[in-house]
Amino acid sequence: MKKISYSILTLLGLAMVFTSCNQQGKSASNGALSSNAAEKVYVAPGEHDEFYAFMSGGFSGQLAVYGLPSGRLFKVIPVFSQDAEKAYGYNEETKPMLNTSFGFVPWDDAHHPDISQTNGELDGRYVFINGNNTPRIAKIDLTTFETTEIIEIPNTAGNHSSSYVTDNTEYVVAGTRFSIPVPQRDMPINEYKGNFKGALSFISVDPEDGGMDIKFQVLMPGFDYDKAHPGRGKSHGWFFFTTYNTEEANSLLEVNASQNDKDFIAAVNWKKIEEYVNNGGGTIMPTNYAHNVYDEHTQSATSTMMKEVLMVNPSEVPGAIYFLPTPKSPHGCDVDPTGEYIVGSGKLSANVTVHSFTKMLDAIENKKFAGDAYGIPILNFEDVLAGSVEQPGLGPLHTEFDNKGNAYTSFFISSEIVKWKLGTWEVVDRQPSYYSIGHLMIPGGNSQKPFGKYVVGMNKITKDRYLPTGPEVTQSAQLYDISGDKMELLLDFPTVGEPHYAAGIPADLIKPNSKKIYNLSENKHKYATTSDADARVERNGKEVHIYMTTIRSHFNPDNIEGVKVGDKVYFHVTNLEQDYDVPHGISMIGANTSELLIMPGQTESFVWEPKRVGVWPFYCTDFCSALHQEMQGYIRVSPADSDIDLSWSLGE
Amino acid sequence: MKIVFKSMVLLFSLLLVSCGGKEEKKKEGFSVKRQKTTEKVVETPAVSETKASERVDLSNKGVGPVTSVALNEAIDDAMAASGKEVFDQMCMACHRVGKKFIGPAPNGILERRTPEWVMNMILNPDQMVKEDLLAKDLLIEFNGSPMANQGLTEEQARAVLEYFRTL
Repeated sequence: MKKISYSILTLLGLAMVFTSCNQQGKSASNGALSSNAAEKVYVAPGEHDEFYAFMSGGFSGQLAVYGLPSGRLFKVIPVFSQDAEKAYGYNEETKPMLNTSFGFVPWDDAHHPDISQTNGELDGRYVFINGNNTPRIAKIDLTTFETTEIIEIPNTAGNHSSSYVTDNTEYVVAGTRFSIPVPQRDMPINEYKGNFKGALSFISVDPEDGGMDIKFQVLMPGFDYDKAHPGRGKSHGWFFFTTYNTEEANSLLEVNASQNDKDFIAAVNWKKIEEYVNNGGGTIMPTNYAHNVYDEHTQSATSTMMKEVLMVNPSEVPGAIYFLPTPKSPHGCDVDPTGEYIVGSGKLSANVTVHSFTKMLDAIENKKFAGDAYGIPILNFEDVLAGSVEQPGLGPLHTEFDNKGNAYTSFFISSEIVKWKLGTWEVVDRQPSYYSIGHLMIPGGNSQKPFGKYVVGMNKITKDRYLPTGPEVTQSAQLYDISGDKMELLLDFPTVGEPHYAAGIPADLIKPNSKKIYNLSENKHKYATTSDADARVERNGKEVHIYMTTIRSHFNPDNIEGVKVGDKVYFHVTNLEQDYDVPHGISMIGANTSELLIMPGQTESFVWEPKRVGVWPFYCTDFCSALHQEMQGYIRVSPADSDIDLSWSLGE
Repeated sequence: MKIVFKSMVLLFSLLLVSCGGKEEKKKEGFSVKRQKTTEKVVETPAVSETKASERVDLSNKGVGPVTSVALNEAIDDAMAASGKEVFDQMCMACHRVGKKFIGPAPNGILERRTPEWVMNMILNPDQMVKEDLLAKDLLIEFNGSPMANQGLTEEQARAVLEYFRTL
């Protein structure tokens, strides 16, 4: 007995020694006040996250919705790519959303989400995001978390300096990364210099219904327009664009576009140009682009081909555009919450350059120009410089801001986030990223009102951070606590596609507006069956239209005869449920498309072209009740020349 | 021999294929004589033997927002008409007048239930099937098919009730 007590005591003693050692070790490396990282990201079962994060899906073409601080994935919103899970781009209602001047394009490279703002603060109505490859801007409605509008951008290629919104969402901007002949024409590539142009598009957003319209395009010199940021507060009315390849090289840009000591940030006074076009300025240029709108009442999208755009040449509006020399192919172009500082991250520069808006206005006022580029005045670097962050790291890319006067810049090459002070330009902290961070995001961190609690790093390389999954590994994000003096890495979480940028917002600004069901009485879908009494099948030549309803757990009708090989059968399925989270799905054997996933009160359609005689089943794909497995039906398909009458039934 | 067999199979399948498309004779489904279960059912005195749908309970008001409904002697025709409209859009997928469908027929419901119970069943089905014994038994009687919450307002549910009085 004694022996045992002694050993227990010894063990206890040892444990105490080890524990205290541990604590000492911890405090030595992380600071005395360091708390448990797991606790900070833990959101208990049933609890909600504090922030939404909308992260671009990069080459997946979609937009993913995460919770912060947990890093939990809630939804992938289909935007530019077909999504069989939700029938987006497959069902008859949303196919027009992916129409372009090149025809149906089922994919894009989704880059920079930005949340709508009012008075320079996030208002949580919409998220905008750009498709880079087939230039498009999409709008996602944050009551339904669905893409409701996509507008193609003409005269543009590589829609990259997009889709940033002004203080009151007056405009969403879309700038071309690749300059091209405008209008497009057959010409030698090596005659690029002086002939290719870069269009910057200003898309107005209707304050009432959010409808987008290309108000005007500005035809800039043939540089690459990389990133953009609207002026905030005092600089509201201006837009800033970083440029590279001011060398106007058309080949081996890796070398040839890195020759100039300084490229430019283009400062565009959009209010001045707006005034010019409102007074009849600009030239109407024939073009061709798609404008796709999803109508919430008809629950269907339409695609309209637009035939002209209003083009403005900078020379027509003197005093509207200036170039601010900025070192070495700047990428990030970021304006601080006060609107005074414009941060240019020269990705090949050793320093981060910060311009002053006040100094810029002053230099313009005093006409202190260093020269011009294609008639656009170039200001002196020294005249507009507010300061530089000296040697903070390698490969600065992008900067966001907190609400305490700090800036956070990502460094791709040295793989870290560096925190520095606006005004004094001193580096106050740095934390490594794993690995090779691209962009970063602080909720509201590009607006006048940042919520400086977390920063999310979006990394370009994942390597060994997760369990390996063959040669292709997940994309990765990292969450840091920035509420204290020192940043603290809290969490790694995987992301869908390559997140180029993200937009974060307090959940309270969105949660109360989130729609739960579609009201049946407001369903104006052309093929809706809002009363079960109207369920029916109609034939119109070779077209058969099935007006079908669903409710837990049956289809009406569920037995259909008189369909023939060679018919084109449209299923128009209305979900009669009016309760939260009771969607029904439907799929048909042999249909060359995806299932439907129909929300309560909604109608969706798909086409089935029966090719074989027989009796073919369909069923509900989304588990709906204890009798979900019973939710099925049959369609009899007869030979093309058969004379069996169309008939339908349920429970007979 | 094998070849002969194979060609026979082929021949028969061809014959079968050529039959396709025509109306086929109705075949009787299989039937199994089921022995009466000898297992002793533990009797719970609270549960009566009558089917839940036929049970009469004119005191139970159910669980939900409706605690008291006063019915006028005369039926309010306008209210009943609007109730029919709501019923046709929101309820008919599962309830048919004069016939048991997914759920029971609404005919004569007020001879078996209180008006409060009916309205609570419409407005608060999720809690009803959990906490109201009668609603629970009904769920089982109707194959576990849940009464869907169709999001009716109290006013709409009241109108549906008035419509039921006309049936």
